[in-house]
Amino acid sequence: MPASASLEADGLVAGYGEVVALHGVSISAAAGAITAVLGANGAGKTTLLRAVSGLIRPRRGRVLLGGEQVAIRSPEQMARTGVAHVPEGQAVIAELTVEENLRVGMMARPGRRSRSDRAAALDQAYQRFRPLAQRRRKLAATLSGGERQMLVIARALTSQPRVLLLDEPSLGLAPRVMAQVMDLVLQLSRENGLTIVLVEQNARSALAVADHGVVLNLGRVVASADAEALAADVALRHHYLGF
Amino acid sequence: MRSLPRSAPVLSGPLRLLIAAVLAGIVVLLSVKLNAFRDYQIAEIAIDVTAVAGLTMLTGLSGQISLGQGAFMAIGAYTTALLLLHLNWPFITALAVSAVATAAAGGIVGVAAARLRGPYLAGATLMLGVALPALAYVYPGVFGGDQGLNVVFTTPAFLGPSFPLTRWQAWVSSAVALVTLVLLANLHRSRIGRNWRAVRDNDVAAALDGINVAAARVLAFVVSAVCAGMAGSLLAIVTGLVAPGAYTITLSITLLTAAVIGGLGTLPGALWGSLVIVLVPTYVTDAATSHGLSSSVGSNIPIAVYGAVLILVMLAFPQGIQGGLRRLLAAFTGPDRKSRTWRAGPAPLTAQRDEAPADQHEKEGTT
Repeated sequence: MPASASLEADGLVAGYGEVVALHGVSISAAAGAITAVLGANGAGKTTLLRAVSGLIRPRRGRVLLGGEQVAIRSPEQMARTGVAHVPEGQAVIAELTVEENLRVGMMARPGRRSRSDRAAALDQAYQRFRPLAQRRRKLAATLSGGERQMLVIARALTSQPRVLLLDEPSLGLAPRVMAQVMDLVLQLSRENGLTIVLVEQNARSALAVADHGVVLNLGRVVASADAEALAADVALRHHYLGF
Repeated sequence: MRSLPRSAPVLSGPLRLLIAAVLAGIVVLLSVKLNAFRDYQIAEIAIDVTAVAGLTMLTGLSGQISLGQGAFMAIGAYTTALLLLHLNWPFITALAVSAVATAAAGGIVGVAAARLRGPYLAGATLMLGVALPALAYVYPGVFGGDQGLNVVFTTPAFLGPSFPLTRWQAWVSSAVALVTLVLLANLHRSRIGRNWRAVRDNDVAAALDGINVAAARVLAFVVSAVCAGMAGSLLAIVTGLVAPGAYTITLSITLLTAAVIGGLGTLPGALWGSLVIVLVPTYVTDAATSHGLSSSVGSNIPIAVYGAVLILVMLAFPQGIQGGLRRLLAAFTGPDRKSRTWRAGPAPLTAQRDEAPADQHEKEGTT
C-alpha cells in the first residue's frame, strides 16, 4: 500500500459562478491522522473537499500532497494521484452490483493492476466489510443506508488512496450505524495509518475520533486546534458547533 | 418492494458464441426456405440490428441520446458507394474503411456531445441527422444529388451463377450483424461497458473513482457510430442505391424507436426492436391490402396500427420487450428470486460473520 501522505490546502479560493464559497482557506492534515472539518451549513466544508479533489477548479491557492504541490486538473486525475473523495449522500453507483462498484474504485489504483492484484483487493474489501461479501452480486440500489456508506468507503479504499476525504459519512444513518461508521474511520486511521479529512455537521462525534479540528465559518477558517482543545472550548462550541 | 433495476444477466463467452452460431443457422435456414422478398427482409433486419445495437449501447449504457444514427449510416453508405464505384474495391475493404470513416465522425461528434446533456444533446444530434444527409444535395457532383449513387454488388463466383443475390445479401448482412453483436456483448461485459454504466448512473462518483468521464462518453459515440457506419455500408449493397431520401431524420427516429421498444441497453432488445420496425409495417400493409380496402385507407392503416403497436408495447413493457421478457422469466422463478433480495434487517457494518463468501470472483471481462 502506498504510504499515506499529509494534505495541505494553502489559501484556497473557490466558488460557484458569482458566489465565492471559500475565501482563502488553509488547512493542514497530518499524515496518518484524522482531521475534522467542522462548521454550520454553508461554511464551505463540502466546497473545500470539492476543490481539493478537483470537482471544482480552485481560483487561487495550492494543494500539497506529501509536501509536494499537485496541479488539479480533473477529479479522475486527483483520484489517480491518491486523493479519494467520498462525497456525501452515500453515492453508490446504484445500477452496478456491489462488486462492480468495487472494481470501478480500482480504476484509480496505482501501479500495474494485474488480475491477481484486483482479486486480492476485492478479498481485502470483503474481509473488512463482511456484509458486502454476501451481497457482491446484488445491485447497489438494493443496499441499506449503512451498507451503502460501507460500499462507498470500501470503493474509495480499493484505489489505495494516500488521503481519504469523507464528506458527512454519518448523514442520514441510524444512530447505531453512525457510531459504527465513526468506529470504522477511527480504525482506518489507527490500524492502517490512513490520512483522513472528515467533514461533519455532527461536531461532537467527529471531535471524539479526530486528532485535529478545523472550524470553518462563511468560507474562512475561524479555529484550528487539537480536537480535545476544540471540544473543551465552550465559547467556540456554542458559537459555531452547536453543542 | 418496488421493483429495482436488474443488471443484465451475464452470459459466458462460449455461450455468447453458441447463441451467435444458432442465430447464424436460423438465418441460413430461413434464407434458403423463404423467397427473395423475405431474404431482403432478413438483410433489412440484420442491418437495423447492427445500427440499433450500437445505438442501444450509446443511449442505454452510456446514457447519451442520439438522433443522428441515420446520419452516421449515411456516412457509411456513401463511403462504401464511392469506394465501390470509383476504386472497385472489394466490399469487405469498403466496409472496413466505412467503419473507420464513421469512427472518425463519431469521435468528432462525441467530443462536441460530451459537453451536452439530455435535451441539448438530442437537439444537437437532431441537427446532425437533418443536416448531414442534405450535403448530398449541396455536392451533387460527388454524391449524385437527389438521384444518389448506384452500387453494383454481385454474388461471388464460387457460389455459382444460379445463387440468388438476395440470399447472399442476407448472409453478408447477417454475418456482419452477428459479429457486431458478439463484439458488443464482450464490450458490454468488459471494463469499458461497466464504466459506461457508472458514468450514466452517477457521473460525479465515476469521476471521483478515477474514470475519465469525457473519454468514456466519446468512446461510446465512436462505437455507436462504427455500428451505424457498417449498417449504412450494408444498406448500400442491399438496396443497390445510396440516395439522401433513405437517410432522413425519420430513419434516425425509427432506429431510436427500435432501441427503446426492444429494451434500451440490451443487445437482444436490438433484435426485438429491429424485428418490430421491419416486420410490423409490412405485415400490416399486407393485411390491409388483402382485405381490399381502398388505397387511401389501406395506405394509412399501417401507420396507425404501427403507432398503436408501439404504444401498446410500451404500456405493457415500460422497459422494452427484453425488459418484459426478463420480468416474465423472473415471475416464473419468482419466490426464489425475490427472497434473495430480501433481508431481515440492517446488518452490522463490520460484523464478524463466519460464512465465507459464496460466490467465485467475477471474471474481469477483457476478452
